[in-house]
Amino acid sequence: MSILTVLELVPLFGVAGLFVIPKSSTTLIKQFAIFISVIDFVISILMAVRFKRGISAMQFVESRNWISNFGIKYAVGIDGIALVLIVMTTALVPVVLLASWNESENGRWSQRVYFTLILTLETMMVGVFAATDVFLFYVIFEAMLIPIYFLIGGYGRGERAAAAMKFLLYGLFGGLLMLAAVIGTYVIATNQIGSTFDVKALSTLHIDSATENMLFLGFFVAFAIKAPLWPLHTWLPTAAKSATPATSVLLLGILDKVGTYGMIRFCITLFPHATHTFTPAIIVLSLISILYGAFLAIGQRDINSLIAFTSISHFGFIILGVFAMTSQGLTGASLYMVNHGFSTAALVLVAGWMALRRGSTKIEDFGGLQRVTPVMAWAFFLAGMSALALPGLSSFVSEFLVLVGTFTRYPLAAIIGTTGIVLAALYVLLTVQRSLHGPTTPGNESLTDLNLREKIAIAPVIAILVFFGFFPKPITDVLNPASHEVMTHAGFVDPLPKAGK
Amino acid sequence: MLAAPHLTYSLLAPILIVLGGALIGVLVEAVIKKGSRAAIQTTIALGTLFLAFVYLLKVHTQTSRTAAVASVAIDGVGIFIQGTILILSFIAVLYIADTDNFAAQASAVPGSDEERVAIQAGKQQTEVFPLTLFAVSGMLLFPIATDLITLFVALEVLSLPLYLMAGLSRRRRLLSQEAALKYFLLGAFSSAFFLFGAAFLYGYSGSITLDGIATAISTNTSNDVFLLIGIAFLSVGLLFKIGAVPFHSWTPDVYQGAPTPITGFMAACTKIAAMGATLRIFYVGFGPAQWQWKPIILTIAILTMVVGGVAAIAQRDVKRMLAFSSIAHAGFLLAAVLALNGDALKGALFYLATYGFTTLGAFGVITLVRDSSGEVSDLNRWVGLGKKSPLAASVFTLFLLSFAGIPLTSGFIAKFSLFTGAYETGNTVVVVVGVLTSAITAFFYLRVVVMLFFSDPKNSSVSVVIPSIMTRTAIAICAIVTILLGVAPSLLLNTAQTFATFIR
Repeated sequence: MSILTVLELVPLFGVAGLFVIPKSSTTLIKQFAIFISVIDFVISILMAVRFKRGISAMQFVESRNWISNFGIKYAVGIDGIALVLIVMTTALVPVVLLASWNESENGRWSQRVYFTLILTLETMMVGVFAATDVFLFYVIFEAMLIPIYFLIGGYGRGERAAAAMKFLLYGLFGGLLMLAAVIGTYVIATNQIGSTFDVKALSTLHIDSATENMLFLGFFVAFAIKAPLWPLHTWLPTAAKSATPATSVLLLGILDKVGTYGMIRFCITLFPHATHTFTPAIIVLSLISILYGAFLAIGQRDINSLIAFTSISHFGFIILGVFAMTSQGLTGASLYMVNHGFSTAALVLVAGWMALRRGSTKIEDFGGLQRVTPVMAWAFFLAGMSALALPGLSSFVSEFLVLVGTFTRYPLAAIIGTTGIVLAALYVLLTVQRSLHGPTTPGNESLTDLNLREKIAIAPVIAILVFFGFFPKPITDVLNPASHEVMTHAGFVDPLPKAGK
Repeated sequence: MLAAPHLTYSLLAPILIVLGGALIGVLVEAVIKKGSRAAIQTTIALGTLFLAFVYLLKVHTQTSRTAAVASVAIDGVGIFIQGTILILSFIAVLYIADTDNFAAQASAVPGSDEERVAIQAGKQQTEVFPLTLFAVSGMLLFPIATDLITLFVALEVLSLPLYLMAGLSRRRRLLSQEAALKYFLLGAFSSAFFLFGAAFLYGYSGSITLDGIATAISTNTSNDVFLLIGIAFLSVGLLFKIGAVPFHSWTPDVYQGAPTPITGFMAACTKIAAMGATLRIFYVGFGPAQWQWKPIILTIAILTMVVGGVAAIAQRDVKRMLAFSSIAHAGFLLAAVLALNGDALKGALFYLATYGFTTLGAFGVITLVRDSSGEVSDLNRWVGLGKKSPLAASVFTLFLLSFAGIPLTSGFIAKFSLFTGAYETGNTVVVVVGVLTSAITAFFYLRVVVMLFFSDPKNSSVSVVIPSIMTRTAIAICAIVTILLGVAPSLLLNTAQTFATFIR
């Protein structure tokens, strides 16, 4: 049994354990859930240590027959890109659980249901990044919608039922388009190489270009909804506004990455020619996303909407990096996914604590927090700096790599993308100024600072942001061979630096 | 002297057993005292269905593949569908055993003194059991019949008891009687169409067997107009039974008016039997003429999916909503008729079986939601049910998710295998429309989930009754099958694959 399977099974055992604990002992339930997620994190670190760098092939491979009639396998395996995303997932889950200690108390259902949903989701999140069988990936991709749907609808705020519904319908619509494309790919495979859903085998198919374009779009639209890419992003602000901070972190930080990850793993790998055809259009969309997200973020009055729109802008960068079609850009984009995961987690969690104390999510209701609650203010400040990619914080490295990788192939796109950084400075600094500095807004004088639990939750995230800002090599070393492999396989050669440089 | 035809009784045993059980049931009505009838009838019905299933397992190993002078074919598809119908009707009888759902005296005029007296006397209309068995025997014959006469006889045998059963609801008698009358009139009309089509097909081919018709089409010696008229009218009869647009208008009224256990029985078993017969007729009989009928069936399939999906959005009654959803599902199933290949056939068999379990489960839960005056099917009054009765609401959600085709439920694998089969023969349009309508149908299924879980209960009069042990077993079986076949579909897919063959 592969260590990946162990990673998937541990949270499920946790779920079983949750049902042994009596419903009334809520503290025990919380402690147990965090314990399980920490174990999962430790296992994933062991996996990362055992991961052989410099190898582009899939590692920790396991393959078992699942539905033999269609050649469907339970097949898992990871390359560098999947590895960092899985470790990010297992790292964020305990942080989220600790940070949102009391969040589950105001839901429609018991706390046990809440932790069951999150642990089930963890299994699926690991599974979705580990799957190397397209069918298995699809199943988890769709099934993942259900726990998030209940998390938003059952434990969220405001118009939570409507937001949950919107989220689910967008997801299902994209997923069903993808299903048509999955079926199409499968039928072509059956005619050419026999029934299989193995990504590697499917990437050897010869598909006529009209069909390939359609299949590519089927996958891409599903991923673009998930990522989300302009103009398919409209579900995100409502969902992020209604979800609790913990759910928001899982949604923005991890689940949305499945979209960009899917583009790398499936769109580019399975349909290289179609990728070639659509790259210019996708780059244009990603630039629109960058600017649109940034402009709208500037105008937001609600802190959660602000974070949602900054994420749309950041996903624009990630998609730009992916479709720059250089290994540098792809490494940058993959690193960006991880950094965005942690920096959004920091932003969302601290913003959540601020809102919890103030009883409002409006930016104008904060103000002068630096004096009242220095630790919380510093945490928010650092998270904000990471969102605007300040050098010395990890997001700078990835943003830089994305832009450099893009510049070698599409200089104009890189230049336009750079303006996104300027806008990011604007929306972050404005928010920091309004909420942290200046005179203390009346009503904020007696707010309490972060307590020990919250400090313990946010400290590792900030530490990661700073550490990898100065020393990104451990991650880039793991990512580089994988990015190179993806690009080479798709038939893209990195452009040589122009003479005279 | 005329030699008696050799009927091969052993192959017909399952049907004969069910018929025998039905006749015993009629005798019980005449002989046994009122008080103990219900229990005895339930036992007989369940025993009969079980025995028939055991015999079906024997039949499946026998070598002779046609019976009754080749008017029925005991082939893979036939046996698979018969087995499915037997298992599902067994579950349906478990619901029907809750005789509380049925009128005290069906013949009494609603609201009359006669009805009141019947209720006070504690009368029970236990005829529903033999009627069910008669309907099942027709359903068993319909999908294996290979000539037009047998098909028609089977169609009538399965329909006539259903017309009666639709009118048996204990509450909202008028609605129930209206449903029965509508079903009867429209059903009789469609039977006439079927017969008319059969006559034309005989005129065209000089044969009443499906095989003979196929041969006549291949040799192409007669007038094509007769063939087309024949196919068109015969299809009307079939499409009526499976509830395809534009012959669907009876479905919502009948689903709503009939007693819920009967609705479940009809929605699952009738659809399977009719779909089985349709598949056989189109695969075996009309296959060679596919270029003539495919455009029409394609149009009907698309219309059925879209109309079923869109109309369901507007429904405020859970039974009507499921009726329109069953119409949409009929549209998906027509994709298998269009595909005309083994993989689609396999997909259709799997689809029918899983759809049957899910449907029966869903209607089972509906029977439990009641207020003081009986069942509540108004969706507005289901609001907040998840709070009052989390288990029932969760199970119902499971069935809805399966209808919507969410992965890890049987409905997803069913859709996947069906659409894969259809895609293989180039029916891309029907697959794409099917996938998009799935998104539409997901909307109204999920809206119910929102009502169940995300809203607070408005009135307290509606509650979920504690189900009887039989109903509980039935719902549990359906729920387990729905999950199991979603996670490990090979259990049934392998069987469906082995059985997905027609003999001529």
